[in-house]
Amino acid sequence: MSTIYLVGLVVLVVIGFVFGRARAAALAQAGTLHSRPPYHGLFVALGVLVPMAALFVIGVPVGRWIVESQSLSAYDLGPADALKRDAVLRDIQSVIVGSYAGEATEALRRAAATYVSLRWIVNGALLTLGCAFGLLGFALSYRSLAAPFRARNHVERFVRIVLFASATVAVLTTVGILMSVLFETIRFFERVPPLDFLFGTQWSPQTAIRADQVGSSGAFGIVPLVTGTLLITTIAMLIAGPIGLFAAIYLAEYATPRFRAFVKPILEILAGIPTVVLGFFAALTVAPSIRGWGQAIGLDVASESALAAGIVMGMMIIPFVSSLSDDVINAVPQSLRDGSYAMGATRSETVRKVILPAAFAGIVSAFMLAISRAVGETMIVVMAAGLAANLTFNPLEAVTTFTVQIKTILVGDQEFESAKTLSAFALGFVLFFFTLTLNVIALQIVKRYREQYD
Amino acid sequence: MTDVALAAAARTRVARDTAAEARVRARYRAEWRFRMYGLLAIALTGVFLVIVLTDVLRKGLPAFTQYHLNLEVNVDPAEIDPQNTRDPGVIRAGDFHALVRSALRGIFPEVSERAVRRRLDALLSSGASDALRDRVVSDPSLIGTSARVPVLISADADLYFKGLGTNIDRRDGRGAATPTGTIGEISITSTANDFSPDLTYIKLTISIRARDLRAEAERFRRSLRTVEARRGELESSLAAARNANDAARIAAAESALKPVLGDQETLTSRASEAENRAAELQARLDRVDSQETLEDTQPSVLVAINGGLVKVKQLGNARIDGEVLLPLSSESEAAPGAWQIITYITPEANRRAGDREVTWLERLKQMGLVEAGFNWRFFSAGDSREPELAGIRGALTGSALTLLVTLLICLPLGVGAAIYLEEFAIKNRVTEVIEVNINNLAAVPSIVFGLLGLAVFLNFIGLPRSAPIVGGLVLALLVLPTIIIAARAALKAVPPSIKEAALGVGASHQQAVFHHVLPLAIPGILTGTIIGMAHALGETAPLLMIGMVAFIVEVPTSVTDAGTVLPVQIYLWSDLPEIGFQAKTAAAIIVLLGFLFVMNGAAIYLRRRFERRW
Amino acid sequence: MDMMVHPIKVVSAASPEVASAAIKIAARSVNVFYGDKHALKDVSVDVPERAVTAFIGPSGCGKSTFLRCINRMNDTIPIARVTGQILIDDLDIYDPSLDVVQLRARVGMVFQKPNPFPKSVYENVAYGPRIHGLAKSKADLEEIVVTSLKKASLWEEVKERLTDPGTGLSGGQQQRLCIARAIAVSPEIILMDEPCSALDPIATARIEELIDELRANYTIIIVTHSMQQAARVSQRTAFFHLGVLVEEGQTETIFTNPSDKRTLDYITGRFG
Repeated sequence: MSTIYLVGLVVLVVIGFVFGRARAAALAQAGTLHSRPPYHGLFVALGVLVPMAALFVIGVPVGRWIVESQSLSAYDLGPADALKRDAVLRDIQSVIVGSYAGEATEALRRAAATYVSLRWIVNGALLTLGCAFGLLGFALSYRSLAAPFRARNHVERFVRIVLFASATVAVLTTVGILMSVLFETIRFFERVPPLDFLFGTQWSPQTAIRADQVGSSGAFGIVPLVTGTLLITTIAMLIAGPIGLFAAIYLAEYATPRFRAFVKPILEILAGIPTVVLGFFAALTVAPSIRGWGQAIGLDVASESALAAGIVMGMMIIPFVSSLSDDVINAVPQSLRDGSYAMGATRSETVRKVILPAAFAGIVSAFMLAISRAVGETMIVVMAAGLAANLTFNPLEAVTTFTVQIKTILVGDQEFESAKTLSAFALGFVLFFFTLTLNVIALQIVKRYREQYD
Repeated sequence: MTDVALAAAARTRVARDTAAEARVRARYRAEWRFRMYGLLAIALTGVFLVIVLTDVLRKGLPAFTQYHLNLEVNVDPAEIDPQNTRDPGVIRAGDFHALVRSALRGIFPEVSERAVRRRLDALLSSGASDALRDRVVSDPSLIGTSARVPVLISADADLYFKGLGTNIDRRDGRGAATPTGTIGEISITSTANDFSPDLTYIKLTISIRARDLRAEAERFRRSLRTVEARRGELESSLAAARNANDAARIAAAESALKPVLGDQETLTSRASEAENRAAELQARLDRVDSQETLEDTQPSVLVAINGGLVKVKQLGNARIDGEVLLPLSSESEAAPGAWQIITYITPEANRRAGDREVTWLERLKQMGLVEAGFNWRFFSAGDSREPELAGIRGALTGSALTLLVTLLICLPLGVGAAIYLEEFAIKNRVTEVIEVNINNLAAVPSIVFGLLGLAVFLNFIGLPRSAPIVGGLVLALLVLPTIIIAARAALKAVPPSIKEAALGVGASHQQAVFHHVLPLAIPGILTGTIIGMAHALGETAPLLMIGMVAFIVEVPTSVTDAGTVLPVQIYLWSDLPEIGFQAKTAAAIIVLLGFLFVMNGAAIYLRRRFERRW
Repeated sequence: MDMMVHPIKVVSAASPEVASAAIKIAARSVNVFYGDKHALKDVSVDVPERAVTAFIGPSGCGKSTFLRCINRMNDTIPIARVTGQILIDDLDIYDPSLDVVQLRARVGMVFQKPNPFPKSVYENVAYGPRIHGLAKSKADLEEIVVTSLKKASLWEEVKERLTDPGTGLSGGQQQRLCIARAIAVSPEIILMDEPCSALDPIATARIEELIDELRANYTIIIVTHSMQQAARVSQRTAFFHLGVLVEEGQTETIFTNPSDKRTLDYITGRFG
């Protein structure tokens, strides 16, 4: 049905364009046109497209809903959850195509019959209505064509609306993210009190195999996850902070253009390595090495230590810190440097006493963005950090993070209503909220910093 | 350093006195140190990069070659096409594996015991007969004849040839050796003390092992002491709580005590176990005896004599008892130098291939039946549970389909949004909200986009799980900010004079933008798009959320089929315990990095090629 | 085409018939605001048809701002606001129902810096006729392009390389290409915003010659920094200062016998 509808739509749109253009060309013989003929063609084409597309976008889901709900009521399915509904619908579909395994029940066959006949009616109605809409749109837009008619302005207004709609997709994405985590988080908090969630020191989300199973509640205290995330992020920042900052200082203040041209690609390549690759490296090379060295000096190192994940995450963030700091340092006006040099300061003195203080706010925001990146990073910790929610600050032990838990809970079989599944969304909410706050603050600082020197 | 010192010396002439001179020198030293920190930071970054890349290359390159046997297989009609139909469908269903298996058994006729035969069969991959099947299906006239075909071997056998087996040490016998039989359990006696070096070596390994065990036991004891101290503490606090009759504290202390008690128990048993083993070994070592029983935790010693091979079980100075792995041709005495003592240095327990397998594989290699070739299968096969059969075709196709969806969605949306914001947006609250929002969206963790995909695309809209279309949608939203930002920069870089010129001849604002500004911004937009696509190609976390982690053998053919993508395949393989998959993982990473380098290279080329100075 | 060859007169004396010519553009109390800044204050002026009018004045005096009001280029600046009335042949160009695109087809513009499109010479000239649908056929279009290039006295120099990029021409050629581009949509008025400021003296002389030729068919307004240039090419001159139109009249009069002291100070080099 969709294919027929869309083909019909395309045909009508093309016809609209051709007729509109031809009419405008004819009008041009009589008098001067305001808009060029193709714009008249486009105007008519849009006149066909808009109502037909709108009908399609609204009509298809509504039609499906009507068909499904009617056939389900023919099946006499009582109050049932989404899972049961889906199963019955699948059965109905397989009865229709004749692939149903086993003997279909009377109710099922009745439902299938309803489904088929209703689908016929709905599809027919949609096609007819679509044609009617398209022809109506055609007639109306075709009639308004005239030599002084401003077809171009109308087409351009439409294009402008489309462009604006594209720009709002980003906003809709944010709203979508917020909605998807917020609703599930609220449902989670109906089961687990927010205070237990925020201040509990035990994290062991239990899977309930059956809903009535004993002990399916589990413990949902995020403190161990916070400390775990914090521990790994701290290690990462201890590595990426100094290295990234010093690299940026060297590149901005000391490096010759040739050296810069050589080093920049290194940083770009490092930044371009997918985190799953770094995770592989962390889990299969760094972690065993650290464990080996630890044992050589008599330390007991977990095979999935926070240290390994932290080190590799630090490597991942170095290019991020250095390029952001590089920008910030370059934004410090040359006049400040000149002033310092004129007083006989060496370069390092200038950097330490003049440039870094001047760029301080910018560097802080660069670090904040880097922290937000580290907190939200998933693959390295999934592959190299553990699952055990240990409440510890020992970098040699295994810890777990927000992202690891979200991934662990949501990958594989899940039961959508359980507190365990919902808890992943609550974790996602905290993660989103935290990184967003960090970013908003950091971007504000950067903005103010730039305005200061612009 | 000398340069700096000289420069400092040259400059000190300006200084007024020696104190000032010293100060200047100290300042230059500080300057030098500071500079070195910067260089060190850059060097460390470079070293990190080199280590990561070489590590991946070292692990992954072997996976691009695959060893196989070149066997002469008798295509027996009874197994393939007993009715002589020559119907490809019938032939395809034939038991080709049995043919290949019997061809291999034909090389080692002495293997008759079931358990041993099963080990021999296990040298073959479960896909060993694929090449034979394809050949016979395409050329049915081969039925009834014999054909030489490549036969895929198991991952363990493959890894053995790739050097993950054992070092083999060979040494000629100095005395004349006489075996007591040709098959089964036999003894070999030499006229010289040929085996004494091995005996010494074995004793040495025993003493090292005993030392290690003692050290381990000591470590357990140490941990045990800490645990005991903790137990004491907890018990006293428990007692205190009991006295105070504080139920909550009692419960807390008890629950804390329980794991401690468990730890104590495990540690005690582990420590004493290690101590016992050490004592046992020490006793063996102390025994004044020129006999030693070999275990699989020690290097394997074998004797090659009279065309056969004997695995040593009892080792003496001049005499060994052992089991025949390859039958001897006769019981006759072997002259000095005509027989060899062979040592597989890696203990059998630490190897994937046992002594028998090593022996067979070495024999096959001697016979010239082992060949290495480029592993085409890696690119032509879907996923598999067997490392030697697994390929990345499914993942590559999945990635391509996903990226196609991503590109089709985010390029028009991104460019549209960029044009709107850069050219048409009036500065107001709405525009500001959109701009701030785009900047923040660029920094939202990717896994959160996965949550969005799960909640909205799968659960709300009801799109199919694991499908490239959902992956593409999620990735499109993920890279949208990148593309918008890049496209805006590209549009902004087009000088306003071009737009003015167009407006000046009476083009409308949109005509000026679409006819002049946008075409000039296209290289910049493409560069940004390629970089965004590269980012999408490497992205993993959000795709895990929408179920692209399923084990899927079939290569997806449409955007609604279940599939996976390359980075997720890497993640999945990296999680598997088989050592064969480690190389596959690294090889898949090399392919992924190869694509990324090509894409980024294309972006850099575009940037250079179309860079325009106005 | 009436391509009459004028004798080159470096100082064109204002001929009496010019003064009595029809009024092409009539501005009445035009004010322009950039945000809070009052950039142009109550300007009223008449511009005669088929003559060259020069706007002179120190930088920032509002002469370019006024010029850009005449083809509503100020519309592209979001914070700009224009009040008052500008009539072209009795048509109010700030009438909300007027399509600015059609206005700009009638009022061509040449900018300070030559800004050819990064396309071929041919495409540069053909773009305008194409979007306005001025050519019925390919041959038509070609004729328009050739005629425009000839009118801009560029034809002889570029006829061999019509497919070469316009940006590859010399500065003076580029500016003449821009003039050809403006002519190609058959405007009635050509606005020139300091068209020679980025050119060397020889190229400048050629453009000035061209302007003199063009005034037979077009109403030309030229904004210039150079008083000599104004004196050489224009028949009428308007002097702007601090957003105010100080004086307007026959070029000869303005330069020899200005009525306002500020004009005198400016032309004698006291400021500016």
